[in-house]
Amino acid sequence: MEKNNLSATGSTMKPDYVIGEHPDLPPPSNTIGPIAWIRDNLLSSPANIVMTILSIFFLYKILPPSLDWMFFDAAFVGEDRNACRAVADGACWAFISERFKLFTYGFYPIENRWRVDLSFVLLVIAVIPILFDKTPFRKYGLWFAMVFPFIAGWLLVGGFGLDPVPTEKFGGFMLTLVVGITGIAFSLPLGILLALGRQSNLPIIKVFCVSFIEFIRGVPLITLLFVASTMLSYFLPPGTNFDLLLRVLIMVTLFSAGYMAEVIRGGLQAIPKGQFEASDAMGLKYWPSMRLIVLPQALKISIPGIVNTFIGLYKDTTLVIIIGLLDPLGIGRASLSDTKWTGLSNEVYLFVALFFFVSCFAMSRYSLYLENKLQTEHRR
Amino acid sequence: MSNSTQIGTEQMNTDQDNIVIRINQMHKWYGQFHVLKDINLDVTRGEKIVICGPSGSGKSTMIRCINRLEEHQKGDIIVDGTELTNDLKNIEAVRREVGMVFQHFNLFPHLTVLENCTLAPIWVRKTPRLEAEEIAMQYLERVKIPDQANKFPGQLSGGQQQRVAIARSLCMKPRIMLFDEPTSALDPEMIKEVLDVMIELASEGITMLCVTHEMGFAKTVADRVIFMDGGEIIEENVPQEFFDNPQHERTKLFLSQILNH
Amino acid sequence: MSETTLSQPQRNIVSRLWNDKETRSIIIQIIAFAAIFALFFYMVRNAVINLEAIGKDISFDFLWQPASYDISQSLVEYTSRSSHFTAMIVGIINTLLIAVFGILLSTVLGFLLGVLRLSKNWVTNKLAYVYIEYTRNVPVLLHILLIHGLIVHALPLPKNAINVSDAAFLTNRGFFLPSPEIQPLFWFVLALFVMGIIFSIWFRSYAKRVQDETGKYYPVFWISLSAIMGFPLIMYFLLGSPIDWQIPELKGFNYKGGMVIRPEFIALWIALSCYTAAFIGEIVRSGITAVSWGQTEAASALGVSRGRTLSLVVIPQALRIIIPPLTSQYLNITKNSSLAIAIGYMDIVATIGGISLNQTGREMECMTIVLLLYLTFSLLISAFMNWYNKRIKLTER
Repeated sequence: MEKNNLSATGSTMKPDYVIGEHPDLPPPSNTIGPIAWIRDNLLSSPANIVMTILSIFFLYKILPPSLDWMFFDAAFVGEDRNACRAVADGACWAFISERFKLFTYGFYPIENRWRVDLSFVLLVIAVIPILFDKTPFRKYGLWFAMVFPFIAGWLLVGGFGLDPVPTEKFGGFMLTLVVGITGIAFSLPLGILLALGRQSNLPIIKVFCVSFIEFIRGVPLITLLFVASTMLSYFLPPGTNFDLLLRVLIMVTLFSAGYMAEVIRGGLQAIPKGQFEASDAMGLKYWPSMRLIVLPQALKISIPGIVNTFIGLYKDTTLVIIIGLLDPLGIGRASLSDTKWTGLSNEVYLFVALFFFVSCFAMSRYSLYLENKLQTEHRR
Repeated sequence: MSNSTQIGTEQMNTDQDNIVIRINQMHKWYGQFHVLKDINLDVTRGEKIVICGPSGSGKSTMIRCINRLEEHQKGDIIVDGTELTNDLKNIEAVRREVGMVFQHFNLFPHLTVLENCTLAPIWVRKTPRLEAEEIAMQYLERVKIPDQANKFPGQLSGGQQQRVAIARSLCMKPRIMLFDEPTSALDPEMIKEVLDVMIELASEGITMLCVTHEMGFAKTVADRVIFMDGGEIIEENVPQEFFDNPQHERTKLFLSQILNH
Repeated sequence: MSETTLSQPQRNIVSRLWNDKETRSIIIQIIAFAAIFALFFYMVRNAVINLEAIGKDISFDFLWQPASYDISQSLVEYTSRSSHFTAMIVGIINTLLIAVFGILLSTVLGFLLGVLRLSKNWVTNKLAYVYIEYTRNVPVLLHILLIHGLIVHALPLPKNAINVSDAAFLTNRGFFLPSPEIQPLFWFVLALFVMGIIFSIWFRSYAKRVQDETGKYYPVFWISLSAIMGFPLIMYFLLGSPIDWQIPELKGFNYKGGMVIRPEFIALWIALSCYTAAFIGEIVRSGITAVSWGQTEAASALGVSRGRTLSLVVIPQALRIIIPPLTSQYLNITKNSSLAIAIGYMDIVATIGGISLNQTGREMECMTIVLLLYLTFSLLISAFMNWYNKRIKLTER
């Protein structure tokens, strides 16, 4: 007590520290800690309090019933729909677990499913060096990634020593991956060419690229898929019978190349004119200057846009069900007509939604990670 | 067009050893705007020329015509015996022999300093990588930043970046160097380090054309000073005469403005 | 190097042509044009041969033949005896209908989401975040099917309809709403409404003039609002509500009277709007955060109030960033409305590109019409966008 008094009176006369050596003091206790956090973030003003109450009320109304339906009241095993109903009022996930193989492989022959698994493993091996620049032996990994689509194509379709599998048997998540990854792998180079063409100073090439890009971006994908399924065969030599999946792949690739081109054009336009001048002044010709100077910078700037285009393309693969291919959504809808399981559309849709959410969310997180990395690289 | 090439080549044969750049009655327009009017300029081997003039006088445009970053519409430009026409081979040939340093450096931000320097030797001159790197390190030493070789341009100061840009041009072993306002984007304390490098370079007998407002540099280095205004060459003279005894009213006005502030 | 120059006149003609900048660009273009033209010619030739082989020709006469299929939702007169052309018109109207309504709702929801994402309230902010991430990362087709499924399965049959104050009835056959029947006196209210709009326009410029001259300013927004909405509303009730609402009634298995909104329309409308709203929300958020914090600080330092900082400094700048991607979202909604076919809403693709195509077997003609229609919409929207961008640029100077 006495000491307190002393220091209190003392402080009015001279400070407790030597001038120039002020110690670090903790902040006032009412500005830190969970209480302060709640006050700042939830209750800072009357409007804020109302928002908090509304949000919590909303959560209270939505969350418990959905959780009940999805987990606590759900049946995970069961013979058929009625078996589920007998056990629980909520979701009937038994349906999904019973049909899981169908959802994954479609109607791919059972004895050949190892080829799908192998392709998937190879896919992972091919993708890792693309995603992370610190992967050991990255150079060889990238080479492998370039040939991967062809290896996978051979494994899945067969021929050259493997049993051929008709593409009508493709289905489920495997089909989604096939369409998505083919589109991704081939639309990027095509998009780069289109973007360069659009920026070119040769009028005919430019006009052609611009009209192609604008046409693609002006019509919905579904109409292009209809074109692929109904009228494309008219334009091919008589007697050619083109595989439907192949036609779809071509259309999906062209479609996303149009969008890719616009994203990359944005990147090209963001490059200062001085870069072109400097490489001209050095005597670099058009292609080396593009490859060494312009494209590395332009592609780097447009990575977030490119990944977004990929996500869009990946989501758009669901549209193939409209022309009769059986992606997971198609498999699910087909399975619903089974009388054992009828009326479980919510379960099917949510399950497929989960699949897409996980993959697309991962992709968008990755793009965010790259964006941050890019920003710090520019700052150095 | 081939006719004028013929004449140009013949003239070159007579005084080939002396004249490296010949600009003859050259005109240039931006749309309706006449930027360069009847430019005549002969540059002899090893000559140092400083070009000055108010902004918008066409001085940058003129030196950018010399490596055809800009096209001229009338007259001839013959660089080191090669006439600049639409012939891409000729343009490439000229650009191989002419180095250029820009106002805003124009370093390639995605490549390291060393890679910036080796890029053109490797891809234009087809030099083996190791040799190109050796040459690059030599020149980086000459501009006194060998220790920055593995950094990225963004990590360097403006003065250092400009010195890298100079080293990058030198790696192509050019016979002619063009400087387009190399110091005007720099902070005052960095101007000196760049000028020092340029002065040292000048002492080695390379042909230099330099657009700059650094009158001290002009006095020490230049063999000739050219004053441009309104797209034409108003006056050219040796530095001593140029500064002490300017002939033209506009030159006097310009010099009084630039020296008195 | 001088040697190469000296030998220049002796270089052969091909090399000289190829190395001339202009001739080279002409040569490349001729080759490109020839290649494209050859491909085009080849495809057209194939088409001609193929069509001949199965005895088809190209003709648009089928458009005038009876379509003989039903369309559940149509704003113009349509029966199964109407022509394919009428069916197409119905399709176009239905596409535009879903596009316009979708654009309206998604804009409202999107701006709301954008503002919620910027809210300082942690719970609200995170709720908006979760919603946006979930919606953006799931295919729109899945949203459409899911919501359609919910409406069809979760809503009751007409006999157990959800009753909204005895006027509207929500069922799995659609939403039955009262339809208005306008009495003569209502025109009076309408006239007042129009006068309110005219008054507001005049008042805006008047208030600006007064402010320019004296510095005094009026609460223009509130005065305009009461002129446009307030007075007509008061007049409406004073005149004794001169609109008769025709309330739907349950007759047999379904409701009769009033107006009905089909479940397909509702599902498509809600799904497209919610999906696009997530994208618009992100556009709005990044547009507002892109206006540098310094702008807000500068305005506050000048003593400008928070509301005026928003309306005078932040929003005008943010809108310039927001509008271009917003337009492309509107374009996306229009294009995504083509997914209507998955739940049987009769838009362009489902009518002329779907049933008409299957019935007549005229793939070429039908698909050409569909593609041209969508291209027209897109070009119109892009034209608007270019016009708007130009206008923004002008005001910058």
